[in-house]
Amino acid sequence: MPALKIEHLAKTYPRKRPLFGAAPPGVRAVRPMSFQVETGETLGVVGESGCGKSTLARMLVGLLEPTEGTIEIEGKALGTADPSEFGKLIQYVFQDPQSSLNPRKTIRQVMEAPLKRLHGMAKPARNRRIAEIFASVKLREEFLDRYPHEFSGGQAQRIGIARALAASPRIIILDEPVSALDVSVQAQVLNLLADLKTRFGLTYLFITHDLAVVEAVSERIVVLYFGAVVEIGRADRIFANPRHPYTGLLAESAPVVGRSLAAPEQKGIELPDPLNPPPGCAFAGRCPRATDLCRTREPELKQMGEDQLAACHYPLEN
Amino acid sequence: MSAFLTLLFRNRLAALGAVVIMAILILVLNIPLLPLHDPDVTATADRFMRPFAEGHLLGTDHLGRDLLSRLLHGTRLSLAVGIAAALIAAAIGSAIGIFAGYFGGRTDNIVMRGVDMLMAFPYILLALAIVAALGPGLMNALIAVAAVNVPFFARNIRGITVGLAGREFVDAARLAGMGHTRIVLTELLPNVLPVIVIAMSTTVGWMILETAGLSFLGLGSQPPQADLGSMLGEARSAMISHPHTSIVPGLMIFLIVVSINLLGDGVRDALDPRLRSGALSRPRATTLVKRHGDVPPTTDDLLAIQDLHTEFHVGKRNLRAVDGVSLAVKPGECLGVIGESGSGKSVTALSVMGLVASPPGVITGGAVRFQGEDLIGAPYESLRQKRGDRVAYIFQDPLSTLHPLYRVGQQLAEAIRSHDSLSKAETRARAIELLNDVRIPNAKSRVDDYPHEMSGGMRQRVGIAMALANEPDVIIADEPTTALDVTVQAQILSLLDDLRRERGLAIIFITHDFGVVAQLCDRVAVMYAGRIVEEGPTQAVLDAPAHPYTKRLIACVPELGGGRRELAAIPGLPPVLDDLPSGCAFAPRCNKAAKSCRQGEIPLQGPALRTVRCLFPERTL
Repeated sequence: MPALKIEHLAKTYPRKRPLFGAAPPGVRAVRPMSFQVETGETLGVVGESGCGKSTLARMLVGLLEPTEGTIEIEGKALGTADPSEFGKLIQYVFQDPQSSLNPRKTIRQVMEAPLKRLHGMAKPARNRRIAEIFASVKLREEFLDRYPHEFSGGQAQRIGIARALAASPRIIILDEPVSALDVSVQAQVLNLLADLKTRFGLTYLFITHDLAVVEAVSERIVVLYFGAVVEIGRADRIFANPRHPYTGLLAESAPVVGRSLAAPEQKGIELPDPLNPPPGCAFAGRCPRATDLCRTREPELKQMGEDQLAACHYPLEN
Repeated sequence: MSAFLTLLFRNRLAALGAVVIMAILILVLNIPLLPLHDPDVTATADRFMRPFAEGHLLGTDHLGRDLLSRLLHGTRLSLAVGIAAALIAAAIGSAIGIFAGYFGGRTDNIVMRGVDMLMAFPYILLALAIVAALGPGLMNALIAVAAVNVPFFARNIRGITVGLAGREFVDAARLAGMGHTRIVLTELLPNVLPVIVIAMSTTVGWMILETAGLSFLGLGSQPPQADLGSMLGEARSAMISHPHTSIVPGLMIFLIVVSINLLGDGVRDALDPRLRSGALSRPRATTLVKRHGDVPPTTDDLLAIQDLHTEFHVGKRNLRAVDGVSLAVKPGECLGVIGESGSGKSVTALSVMGLVASPPGVITGGAVRFQGEDLIGAPYESLRQKRGDRVAYIFQDPLSTLHPLYRVGQQLAEAIRSHDSLSKAETRARAIELLNDVRIPNAKSRVDDYPHEMSGGMRQRVGIAMALANEPDVIIADEPTTALDVTVQAQILSLLDDLRRERGLAIIFITHDFGVVAQLCDRVAVMYAGRIVEEGPTQAVLDAPAHPYTKRLIACVPELGGGRRELAAIPGLPPVLDDLPSGCAFAPRCNKAAKSCRQGEIPLQGPALRTVRCLFPERTL
């Protein structure tokens, strides 16, 4: 049984109705997408700004109501968006650790909220649990009575992780958890996350724009473009053997020591306009392989080789 | 709290206001102890006695009542009503504001349109209407004044709440299982409370005036009860013959309102987070220079930073942001500066053209030479001429460096014309040419776009075009691609690379990304805690780092194609700049640190162009 299974999950933001005439079609932030995450797996989600990563994440934790589709956690379907129902199963670690902590609450108050609200623990049990969690994220207990502004980014992110753990979830959504941190601190947090995963048997959904980081921490990777899944594959293979041209472009664009500088795309290309989406494949406008077929018919996600899927009419060869 | 008071009383006028209002408060609170006449006992024989008359310090009014006694009783009443009205208005208005701002959408729309309607009436008319409906009386005047001021609080607090409700900590609270009421009370309210206090401190004076106004019209306190407004109203008919009867309450109203407003402004300034850091004044046009020691001699580099020291003086703390940094570039060369936040890389870059905000920034030593001329301490006009013309900057976030209300063409034109006198048509042609140079497709039509109409990559191209506008010799790029997507980053980097090859530009490229440095830069300098710890040709440094920090920093950054793995993290945190350890700043995190690392200066040494600041380098240079 997969830890997380989503089917045809989609989000369309309605647009304002003009004074006269019918409402224009909504903005499709996430197009219907289906995938599953196995228990104990880390699934990486990669994409550039505006690809729907954050909308997807917010739907998964119940902060946003999906327009269509279903979310199943360990075989249990979750109905309407209600964070307190979702909270016990799935938790969220935010990108900016400072702004995810209320500046006027002590760390103890922050940590107690999920224990009290979600699990209804009594005071002594709460204190025991907080001590346990703080030990596992390697934070000192004396931090509990301080305020968030007294912490550095790395420490604040550990507190964010500790808060997510306090709800004892099965799955944690990590939304760019290290991109606001200094490089020397990034590695500490990534290693801590890996350690916690094995210790508590967690499942991660790791959202990021950093290809090197996602490759280092995930088993499988989902590549998003313009609100849709364009490719799913094993982390160790997907960037070396991309099937979708967009995945290929991402891999070539990442700065790598020892590779000479040459922009894979010379033209200054604008991204597709979400208010006026192109028919067919959204990547066609930037794709050197695009034909009329691509510009008229949207490609579906197809099996391409062993455990790799891509949505492309003319996939790259191995 | 004591920090707040120190900050408050640094403002002399606020302190004066506080003293005056405290004196008045002490006076009116001690009325029962003072030997005063009964304020309501009339003695027509003694009417209109002048001030300093025997037994009546301030004289008497038209019914022979003691003015001093009436003034103090009236002040007490006016203050009580004004403060009560402010509290009621703040409570109701803030509740409406938080409710509308938190729930948003239709709720917000309906509630706020209602508030807008309340605001559409002239306030005095609305207050009159409320009193007319409820009947005259001090209590009803209080209700009217409170009601009139509710919209002010509702709108202010709603604005703040909308901003807070979108913050991540509110999402986090929802995920922790908190309900709406709990989120409003424990997450939002503590954060809007300072704003409520600020709004109240600036409106209490106004509400006292409004109450006095209603009483003056005879709609507030009823005779014989005294408040400041009714005293003025009763004295009106004798204003010419016996002016002291109106001057006494008038002066009291003046004193109260002025002192409360001065104090209120002080409270607002002291609570405002932007003013808290001590930056109460506008920054100077160039960074303050207080150089100690000798100025280093001239070199033949295009731009040379020599033994630069830049500090931030915040209160009693001295943060040594840049502590003896020397860097140099030649034409056509690209120098990378790598470091984590707080390493001093951005401050070094800003010091070059005197752009570090002063206060609190102070350049305390060293020199920056452009073609041999020292820029540190150069007169403002000479610096201004070189800014953008000879040395240009590209910043991290193009959305915050471009003005949102001007078209990009206008902003480019401004950059061109601040150094060149060209006609309007020529400037426009030059702007289009620049956009072409940075490979913006359709430059002719794009020149009339607003920044928000462009994507992040396009905006950064405009930022680069502005930097190129006056064909500078040196470009200082401070993390220009950090905010961009990888595919866009690749385009911007190759554009910068082309530009320097075509035009012989020297680039100082500040970043935290080794991949970027490896692809773009000829040489690289690694900074830690305000100092350069290693410098050399990029390839040499990346292949064979000599400083343990460089080596471990490279190791802890995952690289594409490396596969799934445990990363080699550096334990500990970067040091705090006002508490730097003596000796090597990296020693507390270094596994090779010995006792000698923790004492004395460690020099940057090695053969020319390949140097390291370490006693036990990873390899000998």
